Amino acid sequence: MFLSAFFFYLFAIVCVGAAFMVISAKNPVHAVLFLILAFFNASGLFIMLGAEFLAMILVVVYVGAVMVLFLFVVMMLDVDFAELRAGFSKYLPIGATVGLLLLVELIFVIGAWAVSPASSPQAPIAQSMSNTAALGEILYTKYVYLFEAAGLILLVAMIGAIVLTLHHKEGVRRQSIATQIGRKSSVELVKMQSGRGLL
Amino acid sequence: MIIGLSHYLTVAAVLFTLGMFGIFLNRKNVIVILMSIELMLLAVNLNLVAFSSFHADLVGQVFALIVLTVAAAEAAIGLAIVVAYFRNRRTIDVAEIDLLKG
Repeated sequence: MFLSAFFFYLFAIVCVGAAFMVISAKNPVHAVLFLILAFFNASGLFIMLGAEFLAMILVVVYVGAVMVLFLFVVMMLDVDFAELRAGFSKYLPIGATVGLLLLVELIFVIGAWAVSPASSPQAPIAQSMSNTAALGEILYTKYVYLFEAAGLILLVAMIGAIVLTLHHKEGVRRQSIATQIGRKSSVELVKMQSGRGLL
Repeated sequence: MIIGLSHYLTVAAVLFTLGMFGIFLNRKNVIVILMSIELMLLAVNLNLVAFSSFHADLVGQVFALIVLTVAAAEAAIGLAIVVAYFRNRRTIDVAEIDLLKG
């Protein structure tokens, strides 16, 4: 019991600290790296909650794909990030006020709110199988349309990202296979006899 | 020292607040704004998984999976828009995105 509490506070404190560094880091590359740290610790919290599959997905999909995408974009764009931080201190008071208000409200909600014991679970977690197997059991049966919709969202996002970023530069020489094959005037088909050269 | 549901909800609340605070602080840098949105979605996921675990109901984890999918799609589209915008204007300052005169 002590060990689980220790790990909860470790993951929670590192996660919140890394999240704070994300929004306050001067260098956006550092911000992305702190966000990766925050995601790793959040996946630790997921494991403590018994959601191993989501913890793995968080590390593989988030850290492995999305955060690396962020890192690529941050490093690819030649942006003066110091200039973008110009209004940092100007927005600090109002941001801190709104943030503190929201936090206090959320803490009040959490503190005053009691879980109804009568609520019956829609899909009870089976103790006999692993989290991944149980998740697959309901994801591919009861929530299969939701799963298909998620796949469709990813397809649309992929096509949208390609359409947005693909552009053809004018004045670049490219091979046009259709015109190359289709031309008639300068290509001649010659019947060759064996043992003789072309005269 | 028993870690209950409210502990996880508090962590998620702090993460969500930090995400919103980040949007206020970095009003000009659209990349940090996108990262703050990712933080807020992570807080939502933490809430969903915590409820799912403490109510012994797996549906919360299914929804967390869907939120993860949408967050990944949103990040990809958002970054593609940033790249396309930077290519045209040579800046990613949010205050200068006013072509539509909104």
